[in-house]
Amino acid sequence: MRDKDGLDAALFVAWLTAAADAVAKEAPRLTELDSAIGDGDHGTNLKRGFAAVAAKLAQEPPATPGATLQLTGRQLISTVGGASGPLYGSVFRAAGKALGDAESADVPALAAAFAAGLEALARLGGASVGDKTMLDAFTPAVEALRAAAEDGLLPGQALDLAARAAEEGAQETAPLRARKGRASYLGERSEGHLDPGAVSTALLWRTLADAAA
Amino acid sequence: MIGSGTVKLVGVVLVSHSERLAEGLAELVRELGGDQVPVIAAGGMDDGSLGTSYGRIEQAVREADRGAGVLLLGDLGSALLTVKTLLDEGVGDEPDRPGAVLADAPFVEGAVAAVVTASAGGDLQAVRAAAEEARLFRKL
Repeated sequence: MRDKDGLDAALFVAWLTAAADAVAKEAPRLTELDSAIGDGDHGTNLKRGFAAVAAKLAQEPPATPGATLQLTGRQLISTVGGASGPLYGSVFRAAGKALGDAESADVPALAAAFAAGLEALARLGGASVGDKTMLDAFTPAVEALRAAAEDGLLPGQALDLAARAAEEGAQETAPLRARKGRASYLGERSEGHLDPGAVSTALLWRTLADAAA
Repeated sequence: MIGSGTVKLVGVVLVSHSERLAEGLAELVRELGGDQVPVIAAGGMDDGSLGTSYGRIEQAVREADRGAGVLLLGDLGSALLTVKTLLDEGVGDEPDRPGAVLADAPFVEGAVAAVVTASAGGDLQAVRAAAEEARLFRKL
């Protein structure tokens, strides 16, 4: 599934299949978080989207990591139905495009790919760090992955650091006031709640780290 | 296809989380704009639940395109994000003629202004400008 330096297509498929299970398991919690400050559909929407991703990947397993991520992005965009569909979809598509046709992705390639995903996310959503969005978990994860690439770490360790950074970033959204999405209509009443998008982002990073461990 | 010699009108696509909201607004603006302007509703998900469907919007853009381009209007957050993603993908792009654009406009008033302008033969730029200016209308 992986050599010591890089992750191949089978590992990406294993990650996304595990992510579908994790999202299904966490869906009630994500929906509960979203009911506090959003429209309460985050868990249901992501569960539907990732189930469609897992089904598609089982049916037609792509040959490369890049193709796997691009297929995932397309599936999420067409099946999620809420804002997280185009947002996550754009992340996966941009990251997949950045990986190109390579057979496997090492840590520098992963860092560059997820940085491209982050850029697409920021461009589409128009949010900045601190706006209480998935960007607050995604940005520190990409920064940690970049630092790990510079330090020459292997994927398992690098992705664990990235997942920890995402989890911390998600926890740090609690005191923030939402400036994007439905939660922004709540103003200061959005304070004190975790951002569901940041929490699901951290979950996806954690499942990737576990798959690569 | 409209016969040669007639003006091709800009199409309008209404994107909503709710199928009934999109259909209802389409019904209203068709009444105001005559039946010449192609107004297509793209609301809800295929299973009837609330949400925005990439596939439905893509299909609607195709149906609304009569050669003069298509203006899209969305209700809230994810409707607009889904349209932006679709336009990034190149949906509605046409090499030698106007393609598809998204208006930054209020849903109801923007749709009315767009359809009225389109029915008068306004081009895509004029239809978009009319929709976007609709945010300045005072109701009282």
